[in-house]
Amino acid sequence: MSTSRQYDAIVIGGGHNGLVNGAYLAQAGLRTIILERRHLVGGAAITEELRPGFKFTTFSYALSLLRPEIIHELDLVAHGFMPLLMPSSFCPMENGDSLVIGQDHGENLQEIARHSPHDADAFLQYRHDIEMVVRAVKPLFDNAAPDPFDASPDNLAEMADLARHLRGIDKGVLHNLVRLLTGSASDFLDDYFESDIVKAWLASSGTIGTSVGPMSQGSGLVLLFHSMGEHDGHVGSWAFHKGGNGGFTQVLARAAEAFGAEITLDAEVERVLTAHGRATGVALADGTELAADVVVSAADPRRTFTEFVDPRELPADLVDSLRRYRYQGTSSKVNFALDGLPTYPSLGDRSDMFRGFMNVAPSVEYLERAFDESKYGWYSKRPYIDGAIQSTIDPDMAPPGQHVMSCFVQYTPYALRSSGWAAERDQMADNVQDTLESFFPGFSDLVLQREVVTPLDIEQVAGLPEGNIFHGEFFAPQMYFFRPAPGWHRYRTPIDGYYQCGSGTHPGGCVSGGPGRLASRRILADLAGRP
Amino acid sequence: MLRRTPFHDRVVAANDTSLWSHWAGHLVVEQYQLSEKWEYVAVRTAAGAFDTSPLYKYRVVGPDAERFLTGVLARDVRTCRPGQAQYTIWCDERGYVNEDGVVFRHASDEFLLTSAAPNLSYFRHQIGRDRVEITDITDALGILAIQGPRSHAVLSALAPEIAGLAYFHHTPAKLGGAAVTISRTGFTGDLGYEIICDRDDAPAVWDAVFDVGAAHGLIPFGQIALLMARIEAGLLLIGKDFESSRFADNDEHRSTPFELGLGWMLRSIDDDSRPFIGRRALLRERDDGTSRWKMVGLAVDPYDHHTKFTAAGMVPPKDHVPVHEDMMVYDDDRRRVGYATSFMYSPVLQRHIALARIVPALAAPGTRVNLEFTINHEYVQVGAEVVRTPMFAPARTTAPMNGAR
Repeated sequence: MSTSRQYDAIVIGGGHNGLVNGAYLAQAGLRTIILERRHLVGGAAITEELRPGFKFTTFSYALSLLRPEIIHELDLVAHGFMPLLMPSSFCPMENGDSLVIGQDHGENLQEIARHSPHDADAFLQYRHDIEMVVRAVKPLFDNAAPDPFDASPDNLAEMADLARHLRGIDKGVLHNLVRLLTGSASDFLDDYFESDIVKAWLASSGTIGTSVGPMSQGSGLVLLFHSMGEHDGHVGSWAFHKGGNGGFTQVLARAAEAFGAEITLDAEVERVLTAHGRATGVALADGTELAADVVVSAADPRRTFTEFVDPRELPADLVDSLRRYRYQGTSSKVNFALDGLPTYPSLGDRSDMFRGFMNVAPSVEYLERAFDESKYGWYSKRPYIDGAIQSTIDPDMAPPGQHVMSCFVQYTPYALRSSGWAAERDQMADNVQDTLESFFPGFSDLVLQREVVTPLDIEQVAGLPEGNIFHGEFFAPQMYFFRPAPGWHRYRTPIDGYYQCGSGTHPGGCVSGGPGRLASRRILADLAGRP
Repeated sequence: MLRRTPFHDRVVAANDTSLWSHWAGHLVVEQYQLSEKWEYVAVRTAAGAFDTSPLYKYRVVGPDAERFLTGVLARDVRTCRPGQAQYTIWCDERGYVNEDGVVFRHASDEFLLTSAAPNLSYFRHQIGRDRVEITDITDALGILAIQGPRSHAVLSALAPEIAGLAYFHHTPAKLGGAAVTISRTGFTGDLGYEIICDRDDAPAVWDAVFDVGAAHGLIPFGQIALLMARIEAGLLLIGKDFESSRFADNDEHRSTPFELGLGWMLRSIDDDSRPFIGRRALLRERDDGTSRWKMVGLAVDPYDHHTKFTAAGMVPPKDHVPVHEDMMVYDDDRRRVGYATSFMYSPVLQRHIALARIVPALAAPGTRVNLEFTINHEYVQVGAEVVRTPMFAPARTTAPMNGAR
């Protein structure tokens, strides 16, 4: 049975980029519908009450990369946008000591100096140097990349702007940028620091979501990417959205609806309909057809180009690039409902350090060894864990005195050698719990429930191929004007009227909204006949 | 956790207000008494004790220690003989000031350098082939500053070694049973001394000083009183009056020694035997006259201040608590010619005063400029006069001392 309804724009996928994109299109006056396959919006940014009173951030769990323009342009505060500061980073160590970085400048320097007096002003220098690089890269991050393969006058003008910008960057800053884009996080950090725990703390974010160890070339790029974020103007600072990232995507949904977008749940798109090389609408799994001149896929490149449409409709070079496009997800989540806060023996009854990130990566070597196992198709015996006990920041996340703890876990490769995730999920989660138990004696006694989210679950539930949290690896050949494929980085596709706005486009993954926003600008410019 | 200074137990007992602050990661006292002005008055008329232990302290030792520091510090450390101390700065190669501190020379090959911010990695990167070792000994030492006209009487009674100690000299001494170093230095612009002691000796040093000092009116003073005294003394504070060039956003937030009014430190800049970081840039700046600013004192015209506030129906405010926000300075044609970075009403000078950067053309003492105030929620310019720093400089601060008074 087929009904046909007319829209100006159909957005496939109600994740954060789909919502952002749909909101901008609706704001511009397009009759817009956002189609979400699941029973709730948010994609990989959802909050679920898996146990009465306990709210789990199933997948993504913190906010930093969100482009500040989106907050203002989509009037998100009016719809409940409320980022809560994550005030600390707590790094437990194998010897029982720890590194606790908080909000006071002077105290942080003393804490670093406790591990190495040399590293106190080295940290200031590092932070300053990173901020200078971030400042230099930000215009590239926040604008669509020009097309180096297109000689049209408008595009040449954009390339000239880019060249001008690059020429204006201080030589030391440019050199640091290149060292980060091409080198390893660990090499970069070695140039500043003596203390292993300081290096391990900073190196960890150079591995998030990516099949690299801190010593791998390419981890510098991931380190830089995670430094691009900010919270209330503080570069590299993170926040927890009230109600989790699910709370955030609910805000986006309200904003989109306020601009007039429709959101339909349980609406799985089967195909994008095309005629004469242009998109005409979508067909849902239940047979419903919706018509629109603009169809936007917020899904990843594989689904966008090889499932929603027929690869045979696409140029061979694009199909070829997509075949080479790397997903190879390597991250899992293990989320806990806890009957109380853990304790860290050397800090006595102190608990303030649980309000931010708990970085279980006591040395660079620990991180690298955790990665080593994944290279050969197995998950880490002693994993890297980025933990956050979110109910310490937002009491609505758990009943009084009890807590939810989100644990981002690496490395857990999607493709396991000679086994599968159905068989290994519990052992993987046991490794996480055992590791936590080793740092926080008595941890297991606090566990009321645990949720295990393997790369396979990320793929099957959130729809991200191979469980890659960024819609594809953050490798240099998959970034900027190569994301997702050379020449197809400007949100258009070879099919007229069919656009892409997911994390597989520039600037990439994380809850940034950047792809959704930049894609909407492309679409609106095309509709207006502007370059 | 904020750290505790070596004097912490004594400081807790003496803090009547329970008002605390934090400085360089240490718990410190904002004001010991509800009247911070009372503490300030003690410094200017009797004596005050300030726990300055949170300063970073570096021991610089080795056969090339002098050579190393001569090349790193902008002021010629060769003129600082064992037993002397120097207020000094270090610059980058563009001549912009990184930071400042006090260097104490203990021997031909041994120095102690204090600074408000950490600098160890920076210094280590400058060592090259020099045979010098730099160690952070911040936590090993406590420093208690005894400042004010009676400081000499208090300390010379306890440690006769300091009786004749000259300005910016130091000496080993015995105090409260502990072996200490006492220097004639401080951050108040008054007669004053600083006692450097081992961490464990700190309580005994405190007790000994107060046992004798109480009869002289010695009281402990906190951060606010210190900030008051240092503005009158024209002593610059990093983070308030200037920023480290290492971490500045851009050149607007950087300053050269000439621009900070510290050109006097560079008297031997023409001496080719002393290349130091920033020298060539500073020579060019001096020779080409390219300084953008000059740090000066401003003394607000009390009549104009009174007139403008009273005409607006206000009682002219005379608040001694320092303000560290940019206040704009204009010439008589309403062109902006500078900005103040520290401002207060000075009780000893009975004037509103400021530390300000002024364009060099208007930086001569006696030049009249206008400082911007907010009166009835509007910007109003009040006349002010460029004055030399230090604005408060009693003779006793630097005077020779011969025996106890």
